[in-house]
Amino acid sequence: MDDLKRVILDYVKREYLEDGDDRIVAEDTPLITGGIVDSFSMVSLKRFLEKKCAIQIPDDQATPAAFDTVNEIAALVERIRGRRAPA
Amino acid sequence: MTTLAYEVSAREHYQQELETLRRAGLFKEERYIHAPQGAEIEVEFPAGAAPRRVLNLCSNNYLGLSSHPEVVAAAHAGLEARGYGMSSVRFICGTQDIHRELEHRLTALLGTEDTLLFPSCMDANAGVFEALLGEADVLIADRLVHASIVDGMRLSKAQQDTFKHSDMGHLEEKLREHQDKRFRMVVTDGVFSMDGDLAKLDEIVALAERHNAMVFVDESHATGFIGPTGRGTHEQKGVVGRIDVITTTLGKALGGASGGCVSGRAELVEMCRQRARPYLFSNTVAPVIVAGAIKVLEIIGRTTERRDALERNTIYWRRLLVEAGFDVKAGESPIVPVMLYNAKLAQEVARDLFAEGVYVVGFFFPVVPKGQARIRTQLSAAHETRHLDLAIEAFVKVGRKHDILGRTKAEIMDRYGL
Repeated sequence: MDDLKRVILDYVKREYLEDGDDRIVAEDTPLITGGIVDSFSMVSLKRFLEKKCAIQIPDDQATPAAFDTVNEIAALVERIRGRRAPA
Repeated sequence: MTTLAYEVSAREHYQQELETLRRAGLFKEERYIHAPQGAEIEVEFPAGAAPRRVLNLCSNNYLGLSSHPEVVAAAHAGLEARGYGMSSVRFICGTQDIHRELEHRLTALLGTEDTLLFPSCMDANAGVFEALLGEADVLIADRLVHASIVDGMRLSKAQQDTFKHSDMGHLEEKLREHQDKRFRMVVTDGVFSMDGDLAKLDEIVALAERHNAMVFVDESHATGFIGPTGRGTHEQKGVVGRIDVITTTLGKALGGASGGCVSGRAELVEMCRQRARPYLFSNTVAPVIVAGAIKVLEIIGRTTERRDALERNTIYWRRLLVEAGFDVKAGESPIVPVMLYNAKLAQEVARDLFAEGVYVVGFFFPVVPKGQARIRTQLSAAHETRHLDLAIEAFVKVGRKHDILGRTKAEIMDRYGL
């Protein structure tokens, strides 16, 4: 697992799992559709990513579908980073 | 078929959406009640069936005042004295003396500085955050707050964050993180509607004071019966006078008709009077309801008998369920969830209980988290011991049928899955 995915996964576990929640969360675990993160509390994940990765995630891209797994979140971050990088 | 200004494709789209809801088991059907609200009601279900008399264990009629003769008589008198409707929003020509009287009485009950009526607590929650907070501010909400609060927060321009349910360490982390904002407001329910647990308001207030934040509490499932004299969760937790904003409803314990309010610091309530859109652009509570609500507050101010009876019923019902072997969420409020974990099982148990003459509803994802399906039972001061004795007989019969009595969460999940 690359560093970005590990950082996101650690944050998801710390931020969203209750004490004693023994669910196994991996890179491909559905977070939104799996009921671990809801759209109401998703905003802190967006804020974390923006701060940690020094990016701005446009609201129209911060969709439940784009945030459903750590893999998809990492891909979104990479896309935004790629767009920002000079050609 | 009636001709609509619909594109055929639009009609098909909505028909498919509705079919998807049906297939997913999420389609809600109303049950027609042929009686005033109470401990026993006549229910027509399915539509067209002959009404059946059933025990009601799913209403918010906590104090049993929804059909109380004194309340009904006061509503009649109010109808005669102040008419049926106002035909105006409050600030044009829609405020009567009794609206202000009810606001004063709610202020006294809640121990606040001022109160403003709204058409419902849903409307109060929809309007309050936008009226009070802007882009430079942050709302920090418990993750299990009511849907109307989520909607209200989304309507405001304030930044938003959440903390794990009743996790004070997580809340403090968030309060620290947001010290750069102009204002912070901690947002919570007083009693959480699905689990029935109480917010740790004493700890929340202490944290908010330490980190310079305001506190907002929705007391819809608390006003009138939580706390030694029924003033609410803030009374139970010893923080009356230290909550900045309370919203609550007249649609549950306080007569159960309709209406809600924002109550709290005078300036904050006044800001709502100036800016809250559901207050500004909608009629308020009708005079007949105001008159009934004033009588409700008079009744509960006279004696604590009704909240005491509710408390006794709650303790008794919890004991019956636990002794019978049901998995009951711990708590002290009259919301008593019977945990079944599996959505289909919750629906089947509710259906079987109805057949046995007990009206309850199964709740499952997305209303509660996945794997947390349950039957939410709710007590009322209108229940008598005989009602609860009859109800437990039905619960035991249905529990045996599904082999869930004395079973642990793991055993139920092994058998039925998530």
